[in-house]
Amino acid sequence: MSFPWAKQYEPTTDLGKWMDKQLPLPRFIYDAVGAGYPAPRNLNYMWNFGSLAGIFLVVQIVTGIILTMHYAANANIAFDSVEHIMRNVNGGWMFRYAHANGASFFFIALYLHIGRGLYYGSYKAPREMLWLLGVVIYLLAMATGFLGYVLPWGQMSFWGAKVITGLFEAIPLVGKPIQELLLGGFAPDNAALNRFFSLHYLLPFVIVGVVIMHIWALHIPGSNNPTGVDVKGPQDTVPFHPYYTAKDGWTLGVALIFFAAMMFFLPNALGHADNYIPANPLSTPAHIVPEWYFWPWYAILRAFTFDFLFIPAKLLGVIAMFSAILVWFFLPWLDTSPVRSGTYRPKMRIAFGLLIIFTIILFICGGAPAEEPYVMISQVASAYYFAYFLIILPLLSRIEKPLPLPNSITEAVTGKPLEKAS
Amino acid sequence: MVKFFGGLIGLFFSGWLLVSFVMGAIEYTTNPPEKAVEYQFHEDSKKVSFKSDGPLGKFDRQQLQRGFQVYKEVCAACHSLRLVAFRNLADLGYNEDEVKAIAANWPIQTPDIDPDTGEASSRPSLPADMFPKPFANDVAAAAANNNAIPPDLSLITKARVGGAPYLYSLLTGYQDPPADLPDSAKPGAGLYYNPYFANLNLAMAPPLVADDQVSYSDGTNATIDQMAKDVSAFLIWTAEPKLEERKQTGWAVVAFLLLATILGYMSFRTIWADEKAAKKNKADA
Repeated sequence: MSFPWAKQYEPTTDLGKWMDKQLPLPRFIYDAVGAGYPAPRNLNYMWNFGSLAGIFLVVQIVTGIILTMHYAANANIAFDSVEHIMRNVNGGWMFRYAHANGASFFFIALYLHIGRGLYYGSYKAPREMLWLLGVVIYLLAMATGFLGYVLPWGQMSFWGAKVITGLFEAIPLVGKPIQELLLGGFAPDNAALNRFFSLHYLLPFVIVGVVIMHIWALHIPGSNNPTGVDVKGPQDTVPFHPYYTAKDGWTLGVALIFFAAMMFFLPNALGHADNYIPANPLSTPAHIVPEWYFWPWYAILRAFTFDFLFIPAKLLGVIAMFSAILVWFFLPWLDTSPVRSGTYRPKMRIAFGLLIIFTIILFICGGAPAEEPYVMISQVASAYYFAYFLIILPLLSRIEKPLPLPNSITEAVTGKPLEKAS
Repeated sequence: MVKFFGGLIGLFFSGWLLVSFVMGAIEYTTNPPEKAVEYQFHEDSKKVSFKSDGPLGKFDRQQLQRGFQVYKEVCAACHSLRLVAFRNLADLGYNEDEVKAIAANWPIQTPDIDPDTGEASSRPSLPADMFPKPFANDVAAAAANNNAIPPDLSLITKARVGGAPYLYSLLTGYQDPPADLPDSAKPGAGLYYNPYFANLNLAMAPPLVADDQVSYSDGTNATIDQMAKDVSAFLIWTAEPKLEERKQTGWAVVAFLLLATILGYMSFRTIWADEKAAKKNKADA
């Protein structure tokens, strides 16, 4: 695929040749993440989080399959089966803490990967499909994370399930039946727990499928790069292996050190104390909050405090919360500036910086109790969030004067024009 | 088209949020919300440290045994420990015979079925049994405790914000209500004032009331403060019995990863040497 100068796979052993004839799997790997994939030579460290997210997805699947061997998806014993894993299963505590913290690290990698795409215009032509598939992965990951948090059947599991499925209730006419369908009853109980478990086991494999399509779609145009300028010749690229395998490899080590520090020394820091109390439908926790990776969307949900004409505030909040992510699907057609990279877009850079600041504010407000001043702060931050995607980017595409672009990646890296560079 | 409709939707969302903000801000300034009584009188947990804190922390087994004694003589009358088995006490440094004796002599027997008649009965506990519950069921527990069910203590230090220091603060935090406490927040019948508890009034009577309430066999002076600290340490262990194994494994994993990362970084530098040189040439030029 991709570039004509890509190295060709040439099996050297008899076994390799035989394999290549019968099932060219080594060739497939070689072309996908080996020396057969030419990648721009100037990728910075923000390009490391895609492969990192992929590795954490594998961590989640492996630890999850092992946990499933000991977990019991039954409302009566789910909580105790988790404690059984923590106390009696050999190394069970390690698998559970790895799984619980691995979800957070997967989302950290996803957020940095998405942020990279937003800043460097990776969603623009010819990579729209790549971007759309990425948004699908993110949506599936959110669903999986939510379903997984319900499985220990603690207080926050139960009440989180109740609140999140309760959002669907806000939809007129069909809301109530949808909620009952999701839960398999009127309130979260054994039926809900069982279907959540079934889907929590299914969705990661769906994510793997979409990830494969995501990488497939990546290999057709090839990777974007910090200049946003197209690859023009062999000098602009280096083979993915060994260059980017080595780069991704050592940063994977750094990421895993953080991961190990978290899961071995602060394993419950990202969780919630209430989830160590068994689910109790008769006792509502003082503050019901989802996991940290949902906080910005939770803040947007709660930012709508006033009805608009006949639309109740709760419904507005639900629509806005879903729109906040669905807007990403339209991004390639909202931002039509021909320049991809934010580095060469002076006004977009400022607007993007504000987006990051306001999103961090939304993270903080989403985790805070639904009190003033957090609600007012989330209102301003959410207003900017929507304005960035729906008003500012479309306007900037028209009025912004971009800085001059380098003629090629090689020129940007070496200072010499593409042809003469050695 | 996308831009046109997107812009309309954006104007609506952002506009309505800003309108809501202004309306909320007016409401907030003209009619500021009153701080709840709990907010004014609630106190944060006292600062107290345990041997098991931090990445290098280890349990003090003497302290765990003392804490277990406090649980046994004070807490166990009302609070269950349903996720812990007698056999787990071996972790505290008791030998097999001691564990057997503790199980057999536990004041509450383990529920069983009479092998001859099939009727409900009870028998002395074995090391494999979990700690028996002090009440037959939640209704009995509530009836005996002013309608408040004493929570199970197995996970309590992980199930409360603030963990063991919170528990220690709660146990040592009972006091007379302050004079300026509004009537609405004064403890009702059967409730006790404790500023470390979320809503200030607690149904649990002060459990540790006098020094030397338990007599420690290792000669430690059993002050209320010491007993509270010891039982909190014991409940860190019940909530996280694999704490030491976890931290030790953590250091081994981090050491391995550090080495692997350094090696990975060195090969990265070697592989990218040409590319770095090309970049350096540009900087020099």
